[in-house]
Amino acid sequence: MNESLPVVIDNLGKRFGPRVVLDGVSLAVAAHETVAIIGPSGGGKSTLLRCVNGLAGFDQGQIRVGPYTLGPGTNHQRASGVRHVRRLLGMIFQDFQLFPHLTALENVIEAPLHVLKQPRAQARRRGLELLARVGLADRAEAHPRELSGGQKQRVAIARALAMDPRGLLCDEITSALDPELKSEVLTVLEALKRDGLTLLVVTHEMGFARRAADRVVVLDEGRIIEDGPPGQVLDHPQMPRTQRFLSQVLA
Amino acid sequence: MREHGHATHLAWGWLAAALALGAAPVVGAEPAGAGLPPLRWAADAEGGAPYIFNNPKDVNQYIGFEVDLARLLENELGRRIEFHQYAFKSLVAGLKRGDFDFAMNGLEITPDRLKAILFSRPYYIYSLQLVARADEQRFHSLAECPKAGVVVGTLEDTAAERLLDQMKIPKKIYDSQVEPYKDLGIGRIDAVLLDLPIAVYYARPDPKLKFVGPTVGEGYYAIGFRKDRRELAEQFDAALLRLAQRGDLRRVYEKWGIWNKDQEKLAQGEQINDVLRESGRLWTLGVYFPMLLDGARETIRITFCGMLLAMAIGLPVALGRLYGPLPVRAMATIYVEFFRGIPVLLLLYFLYYGLPEIAATWELRFSLRLGPIQAAVLGFGLNYAAYEAEIYRAGIRSIPVGQWEAAASLGMSRLLTFRRIILPQAVRVILPPMTNDLVALFKDTSVVSVIAVVELTKQYQILAKSSLKYLEIGLATAALYLIMSVPLGHLSRYLEKRWGRGT
Repeated sequence: MNESLPVVIDNLGKRFGPRVVLDGVSLAVAAHETVAIIGPSGGGKSTLLRCVNGLAGFDQGQIRVGPYTLGPGTNHQRASGVRHVRRLLGMIFQDFQLFPHLTALENVIEAPLHVLKQPRAQARRRGLELLARVGLADRAEAHPRELSGGQKQRVAIARALAMDPRGLLCDEITSALDPELKSEVLTVLEALKRDGLTLLVVTHEMGFARRAADRVVVLDEGRIIEDGPPGQVLDHPQMPRTQRFLSQVLA
Repeated sequence: MREHGHATHLAWGWLAAALALGAAPVVGAEPAGAGLPPLRWAADAEGGAPYIFNNPKDVNQYIGFEVDLARLLENELGRRIEFHQYAFKSLVAGLKRGDFDFAMNGLEITPDRLKAILFSRPYYIYSLQLVARADEQRFHSLAECPKAGVVVGTLEDTAAERLLDQMKIPKKIYDSQVEPYKDLGIGRIDAVLLDLPIAVYYARPDPKLKFVGPTVGEGYYAIGFRKDRRELAEQFDAALLRLAQRGDLRRVYEKWGIWNKDQEKLAQGEQINDVLRESGRLWTLGVYFPMLLDGARETIRITFCGMLLAMAIGLPVALGRLYGPLPVRAMATIYVEFFRGIPVLLLLYFLYYGLPEIAATWELRFSLRLGPIQAAVLGFGLNYAAYEAEIYRAGIRSIPVGQWEAAASLGMSRLLTFRRIILPQAVRVILPPMTNDLVALFKDTSVVSVIAVVELTKQYQILAKSSLKYLEIGLATAALYLIMSVPLGHLSRYLEKRWGRGT
């Protein structure tokens, strides 16, 4: 499994009270593959990612990440599978969620130090490398409040990479950014794809989906209504709902 | 005290002569003081038996030897006397303010009071009675107390307190006359030295206690007037002398069981003289300020120990409320509601006086007898822990749930997340209100005088009463409080500014 990390989502169902959020979602992601998940808001995109990471439980179906399986139930946080899955898949949030009391570098090395128990010198060296990789070598000692949104998001990416994941779950990671700052984050993401990380990207950036994604998936009302290469889904959508959605986004 | 007794005889002679000439016609000519408004008499019924207290058979009625005396004086003066309840501690101040016409409430003639008010001739000559537990063997008189190394309880600003100071006997000061005997009974102190009437009433009926040695010292209860009411004072003097000579006083005192041979002097037409006045100490800043500092030290000690305890208890309570399973959550909530809902004064009384009673009632093997400082720290610790728990809880809840999720996505456990991510951020929210509470606690400590702790406010009360410099020493005390609390307040605002910015 070393080189391959298939993520298999099988017939996933979840409801909040009477509202069905995920309605039998099945999705297989191959190793090194980049999948863009698009669709109208409220369609269940973020919930799907949070289920994969164990931040949210679900009511039916299962999720396999490499050798580990997550089953239904609300006590997901405690299931031992969740811990393993989180080691394999990092997560980036729309609102960054950097730790405000720590510097950029401290944010990056917090988990390596206290979860992986790495020696401080080693964690620092690796942390500085990662910050350099996202273009922030000179901001290592800055606190989050001193960073721009784009810089914050790049620190968050470095922080996730510090745990050496095989893949990243990206939840609308450019939505909170000004247009001119979006590209610096997306550029980093494209570089990660070239490095072979498996990426599940919930996004509204159609340009990025077209450029970087191997596959585009449209999630609407808790169901996958379209799934194929970007050229096909974005230029020749089959479903009327997809067409309407795309015309709104691209307008 | 004794030497004053001897030195005064000379002076009493001519005063008696002066009184005999001056006082007699005043009352004799006016049988009924008719048309005059009633005289307002102030005393503290809370001070207790046998002076003036609520009749246990009819609590709306006051009884006591001073009530009987007031009735005799009514007849003698031909004027109605109206009782007004007034705090004993404030009687002298109240006289000066003119709130009433006279104070009669076991008020001793002391040098300091003589400076401030006018006294009638004494209506009772009291001595001091030492009381110990029935099984006491270490000492058999007051003179043996210093050698036995015992602690003696008494009331503040009394002849008994001054005598203990003179003999360098360790003392413990109380607010009311019931508590010292109570503490003696449960062994917190070794003996009590108080005026004989108090001992007769409160200690003699208690089989656990016994009178030790003969009475000592001699002091005088007299009626207090404002300095400019000399004429009224002289009317009272004449009336008291007649009551003593006719044996009316004796009948009253025998009824209350406080008659003794000392009282025969009351009928001798003698008057206390001013020698007492000369022994009055001069209360200068240099004398009282070091004593205030001692009080301040105690205040600081209780404040910081109490706060540390509150912070230590508050955290688990807050965590229980936030994350505990239902029963733990319920218990933590009850804790907060309970300790926020009861007055800290009540809690202090319970810890100090109530716990030993519980131990005695249930015959526990340990006594549950807390020292006054321990009780104060525990009381404030328990009380403030409820507030600190809520501050912790609000602080922890103010951290967005996204921080928990981000840490979880990095593989951090909940405990690790709490310790490394949530708490350090919450501290910035928690510290400013907690510093605020520290200032509040600092001032709240002034209530601990009820359990015999002499902290800054109590020290002020004692000094002010001894010196009658309410204003001057009050200002010095306020200055001490401010010197300590203002910087704390600034610290709180600084922390708020520095850390309130968040991300």
